[in-house]
Amino acid sequence: MLEINNLHAGIDGKEILKGLTLKIGTGEVHAIMGPNGSGKSTLANVLAGRPKYVATSGTVTYQGKDLLALPTEERAREGVFLAMQYPVEIPGVNNIYFLKAALNAVRKHQGLEELDAMEFLQLAREKMKLVELDEAFMSRSVNEGFSGGEKKRNEIFQMAVLDPKLAILDETDSGLDIDALRIVAQGVNALRSEKHSVLVITHYQRLLKYLVPDFVHVLADGRIVKSGGKELAEELEQKGYEWIEEEVAAAR
Amino acid sequence: MSSTIEQIASQEYKYGFITDIEADQAPPGLNEDIIRLISAKKNEPQWMLDFRLKAFRHWLTMKEPTWANITYGPIDYQATSYYSAPKQKKKLNSLDEVDPELRATFAKLGISLEEQKRLSGVAVDAVFDSVSVATTFRTELAKVGVIFCSFSDAVQNHPDLVQKYLGSVVPYTDNFFATLNSAVFTDGSFCYIPKGVRCPMELSTYFRINSANTGQFERTLIVADEGATVSYLEGCTAPMRDENQLHAAVVELVALDNASIKYSTVQNWYPGDKEGRGGIYNFVTKRGKAFKNAKLSWTQVETGSAITWKYPSCILQGDNSIGEFYSVALTNHRQQADTGTKMIHLGKNTRSTIVSKGISAGHGQQTYRGEVKIMKSAEGARNYSQCDSLLLGDKCGAHTFPYIEVRNSTAKMEHEASTSKIGEDQLFYCQQRGISAEDAVSMIVNGFCREVFKELPMEFAVEATKLLGVSLEGAVG
Repeated sequence: MLEINNLHAGIDGKEILKGLTLKIGTGEVHAIMGPNGSGKSTLANVLAGRPKYVATSGTVTYQGKDLLALPTEERAREGVFLAMQYPVEIPGVNNIYFLKAALNAVRKHQGLEELDAMEFLQLAREKMKLVELDEAFMSRSVNEGFSGGEKKRNEIFQMAVLDPKLAILDETDSGLDIDALRIVAQGVNALRSEKHSVLVITHYQRLLKYLVPDFVHVLADGRIVKSGGKELAEELEQKGYEWIEEEVAAAR
Repeated sequence: MSSTIEQIASQEYKYGFITDIEADQAPPGLNEDIIRLISAKKNEPQWMLDFRLKAFRHWLTMKEPTWANITYGPIDYQATSYYSAPKQKKKLNSLDEVDPELRATFAKLGISLEEQKRLSGVAVDAVFDSVSVATTFRTELAKVGVIFCSFSDAVQNHPDLVQKYLGSVVPYTDNFFATLNSAVFTDGSFCYIPKGVRCPMELSTYFRINSANTGQFERTLIVADEGATVSYLEGCTAPMRDENQLHAAVVELVALDNASIKYSTVQNWYPGDKEGRGGIYNFVTKRGKAFKNAKLSWTQVETGSAITWKYPSCILQGDNSIGEFYSVALTNHRQQADTGTKMIHLGKNTRSTIVSKGISAGHGQQTYRGEVKIMKSAEGARNYSQCDSLLLGDKCGAHTFPYIEVRNSTAKMEHEASTSKIGEDQLFYCQQRGISAEDAVSMIVNGFCREVFKELPMEFAVEATKLLGVSLEGAVG
């Protein structure tokens, strides 16, 4: 699904990712953990094509295509979804209208027929249940006046509707209470299948209790420094990140 | 992001074409003889000529105002021709008799009269240059006693009404441009809704400025008698020209006791090219007077003109009267707009609402200038003002000058203002969901204007979204 090879990237001329290599197979759930400033969010943003995040060298191959060569919206239409750490508000733009426009842009690109209003509403209602969102959400403006938890649930709702092939969750768990955490995990677990891959970026292990990853990687100073199974997350939770940083330093 | 905004902001003006109709045009220049000529051409009664001459003599004593936040070269008032009429051989009884070329022009604008007539039930008083050439639905309106005709016709056929209300809201001494208009106006629309009548259809006028070098001086007077209700639509496009064209219109609204007037405008005059050459200079005085329990509502979408100087205002004279102002103004390239409203509260428990949305793109400069005045007599007056600015790109500007004057301590005032930029974050968010940057900008701009668009009559809302270069399906719904 996704193959990142020796990726160097940064922002405003400052290199943050320093040779990151990662392979995500179809149907796999990977978690990337790491201390603040290690480059987790940079990775998410580079993959999604956020302006200002520039890849300076290395390759990213997504379904056989050069991902970095695709414009932002093309990546999205090819099935890359980023659940954002700080979803923005778009005042006056109806939430459901926004999502319908997005879904139809994706469907059109993929050669599928666009959904009409009725079909779309049916789909949206079904997916809303998954993240336990109230129908009143439909008539509100995109993220406007949403609580932190609501914004994150809205991200997962959008993800459920758009049905991406590769979902990247950028610290979706931050600032969530335990119920919201469970709901978010529930939404992601529903997406899990042989056809979908998920990359969970998180600082804490707690989301991974509900959303059990196949692989866990530790990111430090712009590189993957350790990889393992779900037990690695537990180890990190107990010991913190320091021991890894020490290990890395010792290995140098 | 900036590339998209550039693209959107740089779309060429679609309505730039010139209709070749023989025009009956006065020589350039302004003096009493020209005014007498205009008056004579229009076969006006003495009182009308006197009004013009009084205004002209007063105008000679006035200076062009300089307080607005706009810059433009000096206007040579003597270089402008003050009268231009398409040559018409006889009075028209039906649309079929209208000059085919004129009708083709309207068709190009997508507002063909027959279509208007057939589909939308809108009566159109088409003002082409300065003389009305076709008026529809007059008979149907006449059934309920509504008078809707060109200003010239009103002077001929309803002199008592015109004489009573002309200048009653905007006196001939009001301001430089209104005074000029009072002296030289050539035509416009007149509308009278009798007591207790709810006008059965929305009244609509399309304005076009056509002959080169012809200043357009429209005069509109709308009177809603006691308990009457009317919704009036004004829509404008003008063909492309290299020289600046002066436009100084006056609109007067009179809402008598318990009456209601809703006045909606879509203004899309030629804004000049990317470097700011050409374009319309638009100096407009629009004002309404509301008597007891009456309501005035201005809704406008302004996307055109090189210079806009315009403050649709409400004088809330009667107790419990209501004034509203909903505005979207867009400036791009080198366009400049200094626009806003005035709400003058005189009556008790008068209420006013101001919602102004300014969008600046390219090198556009925009100023919101609003005045809310609560006079001593206005016990329990209330005002709510909201002015928001949206910037696209980083070469444009937005400025806000709210003036608030309160002379009665029982007044309740609320003022909110915001300035935002279409952020890269918002664009990225949309694009990450698969929406193109262009659609995203449309969506965000539409969302920004939503509070105003929902005040527009349906067909105007459509026009408005088109004018902002966005799809109908946008966030308006």
